Amino acid sequence: MDSQHPSAAPASRPAEAAPHSETTLRVDGKPHTLTVDHRRVLLDLLREDLGLVGAKKGCDHGQCGACTVLVDGRRVNSCLQLAVALDGSEITTVEGLGTDGEELHPLQRSFLERDAFQCGYCTPGQICSAVGALAEAASGHPSHVTDPAAPSGEPVPLDRAEIRERMSGNLCRCGAYPRIADAIEDVIP
Amino acid sequence: MTGTDTVLGAPAERREGREKVTGAARYAAEYDHPGRALAWPVPATVARGRVTGVDARPALELPGVLAVLTHENAPRLGEPDDPALSVLQDPRVPHRGWFVALVVAETLEAARDGAAAVRVLYEAEEHHVTLSAADPEAYVPETANGGYPAVTEHGDPDGAFAAAPVRLECAYRVPPLHNHPMEPHTTTARWDDGLLTVHTSSQGTSAVRAELVRLFGLPEDRVTVLAEHVGGGFGSKGTPRCDVVLAAMAARHTGRPVTLALPRRALPAVVGHRATTLHQLRLGADAEGRISALTHEVTTYSSRVREFVEQAAVPARVMYAAPDSLTRHRLVRLDVPTPSWMRAPGEAPGMFALESALDELACATGVDPVELRVRNEPETEPDSGRPFSSRHLVECLREGARRFGWAGRDPRPRSGAAGPLLVGTGVAAATYPVLVSPCVASARALPDGSFLVRVNATDIGTGARTVCAQVAADALGVPPERVRIEIGDSRIGFAPMAGGSAGTASWGWAVHEACVRLTRKLAGHTGGLPEEGLAAGADTSDAAGAKSPWSRHAFGAHFAEVAVDTVTGEVRVTRLLGVFAAGRILNPRTARSQLVGGMTMGLGMALTEGSTMDPAFGDFVESDLASYHVPAHADVASVEAYWVEEDDPHLNPMGSKGIGEIGIVGSAAAVGNAVHHATGVRFRELPLTPDRVLTGLLDHAHPPGTLGV
Amino acid sequence: MKPFAYVRAGSVEEATDAYAAHPGARYLGGGTNLVDLMKLGVETPAALVDVGRLPLESVEELPDGALRVGAMVRNSDLAAHPAVRDRYPVLSQALLAGASGQLRNAATTGGNLLQRTRCPYFQDPSKPCNKRVPGSGCGALEGVHRDHAVLGYSGSCIATNPSDLAVALAALDARVELYGDRGARTLPATEFHRLPGNHPEWDTEIRPGELITGVLLPAATAGLPSAYRKARDRASYAFALASVAAVLHLSDGVVERVGLAFGALAHRPWRARRAEAALLGAAPTRAAFEHALELELADAEPLRDNAYKVPLARRLALDVLGRLARPATY
Repeated sequence: MDSQHPSAAPASRPAEAAPHSETTLRVDGKPHTLTVDHRRVLLDLLREDLGLVGAKKGCDHGQCGACTVLVDGRRVNSCLQLAVALDGSEITTVEGLGTDGEELHPLQRSFLERDAFQCGYCTPGQICSAVGALAEAASGHPSHVTDPAAPSGEPVPLDRAEIRERMSGNLCRCGAYPRIADAIEDVIP
Repeated sequence: MTGTDTVLGAPAERREGREKVTGAARYAAEYDHPGRALAWPVPATVARGRVTGVDARPALELPGVLAVLTHENAPRLGEPDDPALSVLQDPRVPHRGWFVALVVAETLEAARDGAAAVRVLYEAEEHHVTLSAADPEAYVPETANGGYPAVTEHGDPDGAFAAAPVRLECAYRVPPLHNHPMEPHTTTARWDDGLLTVHTSSQGTSAVRAELVRLFGLPEDRVTVLAEHVGGGFGSKGTPRCDVVLAAMAARHTGRPVTLALPRRALPAVVGHRATTLHQLRLGADAEGRISALTHEVTTYSSRVREFVEQAAVPARVMYAAPDSLTRHRLVRLDVPTPSWMRAPGEAPGMFALESALDELACATGVDPVELRVRNEPETEPDSGRPFSSRHLVECLREGARRFGWAGRDPRPRSGAAGPLLVGTGVAAATYPVLVSPCVASARALPDGSFLVRVNATDIGTGARTVCAQVAADALGVPPERVRIEIGDSRIGFAPMAGGSAGTASWGWAVHEACVRLTRKLAGHTGGLPEEGLAAGADTSDAAGAKSPWSRHAFGAHFAEVAVDTVTGEVRVTRLLGVFAAGRILNPRTARSQLVGGMTMGLGMALTEGSTMDPAFGDFVESDLASYHVPAHADVASVEAYWVEEDDPHLNPMGSKGIGEIGIVGSAAAVGNAVHHATGVRFRELPLTPDRVLTGLLDHAHPPGTLGV
Repeated sequence: MKPFAYVRAGSVEEATDAYAAHPGARYLGGGTNLVDLMKLGVETPAALVDVGRLPLESVEELPDGALRVGAMVRNSDLAAHPAVRDRYPVLSQALLAGASGQLRNAATTGGNLLQRTRCPYFQDPSKPCNKRVPGSGCGALEGVHRDHAVLGYSGSCIATNPSDLAVALAALDARVELYGDRGARTLPATEFHRLPGNHPEWDTEIRPGELITGVLLPAATAGLPSAYRKARDRASYAFALASVAAVLHLSDGVVERVGLAFGALAHRPWRARRAEAALLGAAPTRAAFEHALELELADAEPLRDNAYKVPLARRLALDVLGRLARPATY
């Protein structure tokens, strides 16, 4: 984490007794400095303070994945991340995946083409999660279904079983799973 | 009907797809009106009793808390259609989790803290929350959900059963199941000069407006209900739930716009669920499997708030020729949360039981389970004697068998061992009635060559915008790009909800009618169109509301392959394939997604879903998404949906039947039957979790070593 | 969630000092369990001391061949670490069998060991729970307890420990490194978590204010055949119904070293000492494994609804031990 937070130092320590702190986040490329209630989680900061409602609240307890965003490039449940603890972080939401807000991210396009959603409520989380999952596999992160004999540190090829396992933190009650796996397969080079 | 072949039946992309994949689509919580406040409910912590006092001061002293609504200070409401909407009106606690207060605050954090700080005193009463078929208070209601008579009887089922050469008597249990749409029930409400406007997560805004009109005593034109995007419902948003009432009350009480998004853990107690069903089935048949006697008796519960009877014995009235039959529902009223609609109420649990029993009959007679069903095809609807408008169950079974590779299957249980896995296959049939309701719609031709079609449909993920535009384009004989569609707004006019697999039929009928009328009007019009265009409207009250002389149902067949791990009892569905006969498929792209989605929910019903009523506390123990297991990606390997062509002239102008629910019907039975084929053990209680399956495997007599690891 | 003070610590000493200076403080790591419990009102800290950025984020090779895992190493990074995957496969497998990709990216090694039980009565402040409110009673004992303990429980608590990581650490003879106002110390992983007894409110032997700084994976179990297996209600993203971690080293056709631990059977990872004693020096036959497991599980006292856990645990262990003994046949 040090490498991701070069500024992490006692100097950034906020006033101790106050129930709020000044916090700076870079969200979809734009810096935001806010006084945040310590109780505020990233998901509520995005939705309530910044009006970025793409990340959804499905369970508020890390049990559904609808709130998935990327923090410093890694996918996390934004409902369990206290915003104050993320001071200095780079956040990417579904709104920030495309380029210039015009062009769709390849996963957004493949989700459209494959009809990989119905109600759409889990979709931003699925897409952000897929972005993170693809990066994890490329960087050699194994999964529960990866052959333990596979060489360490090398990119993990993603077959259907790998995609399904890695995406299991994102529930979809409409049952779009097969199409989501199709859409993710479509963007694997 | 020009353009029919290219427009209606085309795999058009979802019109709102781009908004959904970019995060731009707005759901009910996402209307940030200036000054908006946030609300959090306080659930009752006794299973039955009365609130004797509410101390709101600790909450009101917290920074940011604006108000605490209780039965003592909340706005008085008129009489609703659904008594579950009479919230904060009296001190009565009909079940644990019933809301006894609502905290309104400047922020979510303050509202949640405030809810935790409110002190509620209760006078608790003895409670009764456990369902038993032997409950002395069980009674036979007049009707079951859907208005079906609770009992039907033909001939002499007892005598015929006693006389049958093959007799089967089995009991099945389906546990409480929860809809758990990904978007919790949510409303943003605001009052402007006596006008109430709500953005709400609902399957139908007309029904919401009707209740708000009753509750708040307002004329219809002072209430606007909007539902632009809805994050799923599966029945639990079919009628308004308490979120919309509470948000409107809170907004009136505080004079601020208010958003209330129910916490996930609150849902099982207040948004409805599928009640436990206890099934008693008797099948009498001849040696070739022809059914002579059929009895399906269901015992279920409802709350003290209102009577809801899961009509689980109803599909037995439709499925198989059985000259002597009895179907009956029994109900026990308990101090539990009120059950309600969940995807295919009645059919989903009923067909688990019936189709499991058919499989048991196939095993008992040695008749192939596909063939057994074909053998018991009725000529007319068994219960009513009415002819079927179309019935292609046999075609679904045959086509499914072909696609699945059913031929040559070794019927012997445990014939598919592969190392520590036991592999098996199973089949089950599906049925769902064709329902349709009156609706209004309008179509307007505009001078620029485009058309504006308005119908108060709701898109809960079905693709309602898309398919209604296709229906319109087809009727107008224009490309769908020229049709603009407006939905999800109660001001458009009456429309039924997205439910009962009847949305597209009902909305589409009205859209079709309006467009046909507009086409006629345009044909008689000369010269350019006026600036406001030329409009036509339709109200299908007469046509869609008319009683049909036909028995109208969709049918289908599911084929499942499972692998049962003999080490752990873990079951995986390796393949689920469904073939459906549902009239004309209007958009194969969105239809396939819906059918696969229903089948996936059936997979969950079979393997992972179920909750437990806590006898001491009176609530569902599995109240969150960590403990109530909806299937995850890893559970869903291969789910395929197909259909057979079906041309039925007795439905609606589009020739369609509903597809929203039939996917879940029978799929759990197909999985259960496959598990029996794999293991030789018949599991009659869902879900097939490792505790149950491993116990069954171990209790079952096995030759030494066959369960080895 | 009540308002609380927030302190970000820059060093271990700063963290423990801040903890001491703030009565009612809690350490915040990845937050995946603590924030969850704060939202439920189960945890109500007056202050959070954020240890998430402490320089405890690396996996170090020690001169004696052991591996030191910093307490802030995220679960996903630990599972992917080549040294862990190659030398302690059971650890990587246990981590990957838990939670989701998102949660593993946030959850820390130290936090994973301190996660609280998922007992639904513990999670609901409106119900009695001796772990949450000592003396209030146990709702699960007569309630719904299919997921609860079969070993080592008491009349006051039947909860299980939900960690997969902790089960692997127990089997590996790992040690937990702690730092507090009385200095640094280490505890065997098997002694880190407690049985409930009359004090279920204490999950672990950690002292007030002590901070987990790391985990030591010993050289003695490095490179030995090891594996983890977990049974659960759905194929992924679910807590264990039962799980097993095993380390098995054979020499000259007999068991030379064995570490066997069960998850989801007790208030702590259940190290199967009795089974291990029976296996040491024995030929790794199915009969020997069965006998050893019989000895170990003889004390199991299932509750009304969880008798399945005993055969489930036995069969999981037989399967894993069998695989480790005869890798070629699997």
